[in-house]
Amino acid sequence: MGALAGLSLGSLSCTRAGMEEFLQKHFREMSEDEKKAVIRRLEAKYLKKYGKKVRISTQQAEAGVLWGYGLDLSRCIGCRRCVYACVNENNQSRVNPQLQWIRVIRLKKGSLINLENAEHYYNPETVPEPGFMYMPVQCQQCENPPCVRVCPVKATWKEPDGIVVVDYNWCIGCRYCMAACPYKGRVFNWAEPNLPAAELNTEVHYLGNRPRMKNVVEKCTFCIQRVRQGRYPACVEICPTGTRKFGNLLDPNSEIRYLIENKRVFRLKEDFNTDPKFYYFFSA
Amino acid sequence: MKRVLFFISVISIALWLPASAAQHDEYPVASPPFSEGIFPCSSCHAGLELNTKKRELKDEHTSIRLHHAEKERWCLDCHNGPDRDKLKLADGEIIDFTESYRLCGQCHGNIYRDWRAGIHGKRVGFFKGGKRTYFLCVNCHNPHDPKFKPLKPEPPPIRPERQYGK
Repeated sequence: MGALAGLSLGSLSCTRAGMEEFLQKHFREMSEDEKKAVIRRLEAKYLKKYGKKVRISTQQAEAGVLWGYGLDLSRCIGCRRCVYACVNENNQSRVNPQLQWIRVIRLKKGSLINLENAEHYYNPETVPEPGFMYMPVQCQQCENPPCVRVCPVKATWKEPDGIVVVDYNWCIGCRYCMAACPYKGRVFNWAEPNLPAAELNTEVHYLGNRPRMKNVVEKCTFCIQRVRQGRYPACVEICPTGTRKFGNLLDPNSEIRYLIENKRVFRLKEDFNTDPKFYYFFSA
Repeated sequence: MKRVLFFISVISIALWLPASAAQHDEYPVASPPFSEGIFPCSSCHAGLELNTKKRELKDEHTSIRLHHAEKERWCLDCHNGPDRDKLKLADGEIIDFTESYRLCGQCHGNIYRDWRAGIHGKRVGFFKGGKRTYFLCVNCHNPHDPKFKPLKPEPPPIRPERQYGK
């Protein structure tokens, strides 16, 4: 066992911080003091790497909150503003690998359920194109998430407010979760992430948009760093057509409850019993 | 007697004021997207004589092409003639530009209902514990030509076979 640990340590830098990182506990098993120590270490690491002071939040879920998302398919024009607002907000690797948490697929009108013919490399002069509609897909924050069930090390789990998160320091990069997800909601850092320091968003959450490392899986967290402070997700704020809606499913006066109760709503691949908290709807 | 009358009038005004304010809900709206230097309209219009004849404008506002039931209406159906810094509802009520959603809602009732519930349009900022801003109809739709214009899409994702400089 000792030899095994020694072998793994050999691949890490043999500094004190590297040692601490290797011996770090699972996030949900850390005490408040241990969390503080980890945050201090990470902030020092990011300061050294990016030359910027990063504020890492560990803000917990509030009681009585279950986040839900609404997306109006009558309004989406497929302009992909959300894709890049998400990348800027959540510190994804820009190129090599290019990681995006939102995938906008284009479907022929009248054949909405035929996902095999979906196209996400469409690139016309202007959108919307006649005869097509657009459907952004991202993590559906399932209540019964298959990705969580398959993780062999419990590095991904569902928070009390319904957000499925990843502890990047605990992820071993086996990508079982990516295979299990029926929505292609997860992406993988195949190489060292390529995030220019100038584009780093310094307001981050430990379970969300903090800079990642090579060999870990990442995904949409409904902008956990924003929504736990009461702010709308970045994709909601950027959308030029007001397609995206967000709110607390347990609050009867929320926007998300209004649309579920008053509009034609469906959830993607409902028959898989994943129970997504991402509601596609038609306002017109 | 005079004093009693004074009290009655004070009380009735005090009762009437909140009632009139509660007649319609107020929303924390964004500022209307005026072209630069165009508001207040009265800075030009105050010295002009009011001409209520429906006509094509040849000298001013020539960039505005009304494409919004243009056969049925013209400027002064929505803009208030006597005080040009206000808008006018169909029932004659004079409202501010910041309340323009009520003007749009006269015809677009179902959209107005959705907008008030936060389903049509966009809200930004804090939904809890901070300032939230509701976009006005006119922040996204040009009121003179409201149909949404096509946009250039952001670039598609790089195909896997093109990543890593392959």
